[in-house]
Amino acid sequence: MSDDPATGSATFQRVADIIAETADIERDKITPESHAIDDLGIDSLAFLDIAFAVDKAFGIKLPLERWTQEVNEGKVPAEQYFVLKNLCARIDALVAEKAAKA
Amino acid sequence: MRLEYFEMIDSVVRLDRAAGQIEATARVPEASPVFEGHFPGHPLVPGVLLTETMAQASGYLILAHLGFERMPFLTGVDKARFRSFVGPGATLSVSATLEHDGSGYAVTKAAIRHDGKALCDAELRFRTMPFPDGLDGPMRQRAEAIGLLALAGLGGGAAA
Repeated sequence: MSDDPATGSATFQRVADIIAETADIERDKITPESHAIDDLGIDSLAFLDIAFAVDKAFGIKLPLERWTQEVNEGKVPAEQYFVLKNLCARIDALVAEKAAKA
Repeated sequence: MRLEYFEMIDSVVRLDRAAGQIEATARVPEASPVFEGHFPGHPLVPGVLLTETMAQASGYLILAHLGFERMPFLTGVDKARFRSFVGPGATLSVSATLEHDGSGYAVTKAAIRHDGKALCDAELRFRTMPFPDGLDGPMRQRAEAIGLLALAGLGGGAAA
């Protein structure tokens, strides 16, 4: 699958489809560089819906609580989790981690 | 049920923490101010209170699942269906299953049966967060009164 900056990875394609459907955002507006909150206007409740759909689609558990805590404590910039290409990289890592444990 | 106090669950009859399942009983009171308006001369339990009943059964399930370390708050109701009517004096069987235990949220499927027939069902979503100040105690008290703490192995039982 392509990792073209404009279209992103296969993971991005799935995540973007989920966001478009769950948060009612035009699919074309969602790019790997999009910030879920600042650019797409996704609020915390909608993000939980997206997390549920992502958890189900990829068979993982996004550690939202830990991420939120790290951002709130200033340990990690929010972009690391909420810019979609970064979010997708973390999803890929969680999927790989789960596969390694299986 | 004490409808005016939003105490919907009377007793928990089964809890399977490993499987993420709960079954509870809720007895609709013979009389309530709610029935004076819903509807005059034709009392029916409002669908919104049936939804609350499913949410409370789900909430107790999540509380037990999380060992009373976090409080669930209802954030979403999906696919709610009200398949029949129910009025004063009915005994309702309420069940809920934990569909997903996410990070900071949970999803359940819940249903209510009456006289062996499906009354309503829904998919419910909750945000889970640390107990706000002062809420932990009353929630544990209520959980003990309906028999949840004893079934969950979290202490209590005397008042169950």
